[in-house]
Amino acid sequence: MTTLRLGYSRIGYEVTTYFRQGDSVFFTFLFPVVMLTIFSVAFSEQNFGPDDAPLSAAAYYLPGMLAAGLLLSGLQNMAIDIAGEKSDGTLKRFAGTPLPVLSYFIGKIGQVFVTGVLQAALLLLVARFAFQVELPTTPEAWLTFAWVFVLGVTTSAILGIALSGLPRSGKSATAVIIPIALVLQFISGVYLTFTQLPEWLQNVASVFPLKWMAQGMRSVFLPDGFVVLEVGGSWNLEGVAIVTGIWLVVGLIVTRLTFRWIRKDS
Amino acid sequence: MTSSDPVVSVRDLRKTYGSFTALDGVSFDIERGETFALLGPNGAGKSTTIEILEGYRDRSGGEASVLGVDPGSGGLDWKARLGIVLQSTGESGNVTVREQLTHFAGYYPHPRAVDEVIAAVGLEDKQKTLIRKLSGGQRRRVDVALGIIGRPELLFLDEPTTGFDPEARRQFWELIGTLKSEGTTILLTTHYLDEAAHLGDRAGVIAGGRLIDIGAIDELGGADARTPVVRWREGGVLREERTTTPGAVVARLGEPEGLEVIRPSLEDIYLQLVSTNSTGDIREGAAL
Repeated sequence: MTTLRLGYSRIGYEVTTYFRQGDSVFFTFLFPVVMLTIFSVAFSEQNFGPDDAPLSAAAYYLPGMLAAGLLLSGLQNMAIDIAGEKSDGTLKRFAGTPLPVLSYFIGKIGQVFVTGVLQAALLLLVARFAFQVELPTTPEAWLTFAWVFVLGVTTSAILGIALSGLPRSGKSATAVIIPIALVLQFISGVYLTFTQLPEWLQNVASVFPLKWMAQGMRSVFLPDGFVVLEVGGSWNLEGVAIVTGIWLVVGLIVTRLTFRWIRKDS
Repeated sequence: MTSSDPVVSVRDLRKTYGSFTALDGVSFDIERGETFALLGPNGAGKSTTIEILEGYRDRSGGEASVLGVDPGSGGLDWKARLGIVLQSTGESGNVTVREQLTHFAGYYPHPRAVDEVIAAVGLEDKQKTLIRKLSGGQRRRVDVALGIIGRPELLFLDEPTTGFDPEARRQFWELIGTLKSEGTTILLTTHYLDEAAHLGDRAGVIAGGRLIDIGAIDELGGADARTPVVRWREGGVLREERTTTPGAVVARLGEPEGLEVIRPSLEDIYLQLVSTNSTGDIREGAAL
């Protein structure tokens, strides 16, 4: 009970401090919106659909930006945030208090969830009202969106926690984590059309969860006809659930095995 | 544990890092309600000792008990009874003083009132300021506030007043006096001997990983160390004589050049202890 109450208290604390951190607001929260705007403006004259059913750049890039948002708010944000807290003494302070580790994680995942939801809402609003993107109207589409989002944001957050042990210091965290996130975005069909990548690169990307999250988002937001551009001509939502789920479990195991408030004797 | 058991009990505490011995058989007790000061030069083992007792480090050998629990395996209930002020903190502090204290108070079963703690550390004017915008000394007071917010039975203070101006140090001493009067047991490390003398009921001196002396502050170094010294010059040569009857010595000497009677201060005694140790002449079996 105490663990949940403190976890809830941590969520409020985490969300407050997140929005007071100028660089995290820009590089993780607003970044996908900025990218969507750039693509929409840069390719405003281009048609991304077939001649008889034109599709704007905004509509074409929206699912990719939603997936990128999951990665940034979860993995990138968590890994950098926790690596920083590890090196600035925050975790050492927690180690000396009766705060349960689980409450801390609830706070972190809650923060990712809250900021991820706000980020997705902002993306959808900008797409709909600034760039006149037609959003899905069927409950099935939104149901798919809901589970891809929840599974994606949770997996991404857990993987971020697991990766937070990788940077050697808080100062190097940005330099270590951002390239990982950036490469993943480029090979996973966020910025570049996935099927235009060489096959070996597609195979590499298919190992990682971002490709599948982006695919899940495309199934929701792109017209049905676009399914022919996917690998095997299918949205393969089972694959989305399975691969993302496996990464969730991997992240949980790595976190369980490696996370400590402090390294004793370091 | 009963109320008469020591709050902290350490026997033959050892800590080695590879071939380096950081602690080499340290033993002491701290009774309930007592303030115990650990003194010693940098690198002597003060922080290693305190961090083992806080549960931050594992010991290599010996026995340790803190509030009746082995600090190597203390759980959350145990941590709820401790207050810890670490030697260094560097959090980014994107919350205000009041937000931070209110949040941390929620971790403890019987926290102190946030207003009371803010007043106790003298940060009323800064309570709505973000911690990262505070000065170093003010941040240190936030550390102390976080250490006492949970109404600890045992408070660890690792060099708490480093960076304080004299006025802030005086205020801090008053705060510790209040905590003592409420029955809090305190383990303090400090470089400031006046601080140890002002706050400590007893002190231990650590040098080279060994406890070279322990006792009431005014008994450190043994009775002889406080024996006055009479100094004078005779034919340009400095002479001195340790004596329990300096008046008689002065009367005997008459009016020699540069006559003075010195009653060794705590600092003199401490420096004498530490320098004796560093030359290898350890006072064996320092009184326990």
